[in-house]
Amino acid sequence: MMRILNRIYRTGTLTEQGLDLRDPEIEALGRELKTHIDARFDGSLAIREVDAGSCNACELEIHAVNGPYYDIERFGVHFVASPRHADVLLVTGPVSRHMETALRRTWQAMGKPRFVIASGDCACSGGEFGVSYASCGAVRNVIPVDLQIPGCPPSPIELMKGILALMQGTNAP
Amino acid sequence: MSRFDWLSGYLAELEDEHVIVHSGSAQTLAPAHLLIIDPEDWGKAASVAKNMDLRWSGIWADEQDSDIVLSAVLVNQGDYVVLRTALLGEQPEIASHTPLYPGADRMERHLADMFGVTFTDHPDTRRWIRHQAWQEGEHPLRAGFPVQGNPPERTPADADYPSPPIQGSGVYEIPVGPVHAGIIEPGHFRFQAAGEPILRLEERLGYVHKGIEKIAVGRDAAGLARLAGRISGDSTVAHTWAACQALERASGIRPPERASIIRGLLSERERIANHIGDIGAICNDVGFAFAQMQCQALREQWQRRSGELSGHRLMMDVVVPGGVMINLDDAAIATLREDHARLREQARSLFDILDDQPSLEDRLLSTGYLSPETARALGASGYVGKASGQAIDLRTDGLYAPYTRLRFNIALSESGDVATRMGIRQEEVFSSLNLMDEMLKMLEQQTDRTDIYIELPSRPGGEGLGLIDGWRGEIVSYVRLDDEGRVARFFARDPSWFTWPALERIVLGNIVPDFPVCNKSVNGSYSGHDL
Ligand code: SF4
Repeated sequence: MMRILNRIYRTGTLTEQGLDLRDPEIEALGRELKTHIDARFDGSLAIREVDAGSCNACELEIHAVNGPYYDIERFGVHFVASPRHADVLLVTGPVSRHMETALRRTWQAMGKPRFVIASGDCACSGGEFGVSYASCGAVRNVIPVDLQIPGCPPSPIELMKGILALMQGTNAP
Repeated sequence: MSRFDWLSGYLAELEDEHVIVHSGSAQTLAPAHLLIIDPEDWGKAASVAKNMDLRWSGIWADEQDSDIVLSAVLVNQGDYVVLRTALLGEQPEIASHTPLYPGADRMERHLADMFGVTFTDHPDTRRWIRHQAWQEGEHPLRAGFPVQGNPPERTPADADYPSPPIQGSGVYEIPVGPVHAGIIEPGHFRFQAAGEPILRLEERLGYVHKGIEKIAVGRDAAGLARLAGRISGDSTVAHTWAACQALERASGIRPPERASIIRGLLSERERIANHIGDIGAICNDVGFAFAQMQCQALREQWQRRSGELSGHRLMMDVVVPGGVMINLDDAAIATLREDHARLREQARSLFDILDDQPSLEDRLLSTGYLSPETARALGASGYVGKASGQAIDLRTDGLYAPYTRLRFNIALSESGDVATRMGIRQEEVFSSLNLMDEMLKMLEQQTDRTDIYIELPSRPGGEGLGLIDGWRGEIVSYVRLDDEGRVARFFARDPSWFTWPALERIVLGNIVPDFPVCNKSVNGSYSGHDL
């Protein structure tokens, strides 16, 4: 036990001071995000992530955004297990035809108002996979999309910027 | 022992069984030996292989003129043999390898769906990759099937996939997915349980099928490499490398030595990032969040360095046909050497803590056992195989640079539980760090430090096999070029094809709440399998 405590003590807090000191713009966005979420979502924004056909690299970076370095929860953003608890649907991948119905149903299960973010080049445009017998391409070909985050995959910083941008453009529910 | 010294024995056995080998070639698919046989001998050739305890490592089909050409990969002592036969394309029918090699099950069903090949004595005639986006009788990888297919306006859920029912007092089913509760890939699992213990698990995959084999056709080499890097994003370096190796062999060239060393470094970086991330996730699945946070922190530092060196945090598109996109100068080498030393020390002290946590031991020891016999029968490679006695690691087989000049011991055990799979990955972190230090030395010793790329000559009609050990295990990649030097056929066999069926066996008798940790300890790629 002492070794664990010792290691935790020595590791300290890794969360970036204001995310990225070289980019004061993000720090400002972060503060604004928190303000928006406090005012409009009573302090917490719930996101349900759905992989609709991704190569799984988009998921790795979404994991990172929840990790100790970025710790997006401190801005009031948390990832939830059920679409019924979610304000935002974060969709990755081109939508494979085999996931088309599952994605639509997940979206339909959400309460309103609901927002959809298409995250990654595949989700924005179909990316490397495009539209084919197996792929519907972009998420907006299947459900309405409020915001697109390009990148292959979007880095944790880009993901955070994207969520912040959605909040800035979001009308009060 | 010299290479292929067992092959004459195999050929003699085939002859005893009256299997005619029409021609053999050591060049066409080098380093593999290609053996052409008659379709009616397909089953017999596998049964002789099985008797000699050869490993079965994959199968693909290729439509050429109006024939369906089947190729199956067999391995012994790190030597590869490809059995090949041609079927008339009208109603292709052939013996199944599944009764002998259960790992062949889903790959053959994949071919049944994609090419319309009937495997006559296959024990399971259900579709596999096909859900509802195309109809029974349509086969997307046949030349006559258009890339756009003929999908319904909206593709319905694959609700009527037949799943064997289970009956009995107190027996129940838990269907899970395709959309799971966490941030993970989609797939469907059907647990049949009595009380807590799992009686049976039925996996239904194919949800992230993106038509990769079809959209590969017609691409140039660079385009294929980009696509291969997105077969399974967590293995982007390994898959790209395998595809590039196949392309380079098809084009009759070798990448410069420096490029191979840098590929080796990138690939070991990828291995370490995934091993560390997954070790944390395994611990997290049994409620030990401390390890998850520590591992995530180490992984993030590691990925940031990858980003600085390669321009991409996951090192996507850095390996290209003919070489690599980045070079490493003395400053970068010095930085990496420091990184390696730091990680070695950090990982050691963290793993020491994990190694004597009674609560972790309690949850991970004896959980999710895979016997060496089952691992062998399914052909599981990577840490899943190694934890169950399968010493499969292509890096030790002298197959490709830079590993031809490097030596290390394969981490191996027969204990086969979650703790062992995690332990193998801990050991591999250190062996990778040692290998990387060796590679840095190799880079320093080179006289020409600029040569990292060679242009691929056009070689119409060439074909090549890529064989790479990724962090999940053995990757087999196949490329055939058309008359204009563009891709006519591409197939990549992710190791997950064999570890997903292993998971179905692993969970038996375990309690349902231990499924996540069992699953994480295997960590099959959905995308890599669904293709
Ligand atoms: S955007 Fe890139 S990383 Fe994300 S799913 Fe598509 S290919 Fe993978």
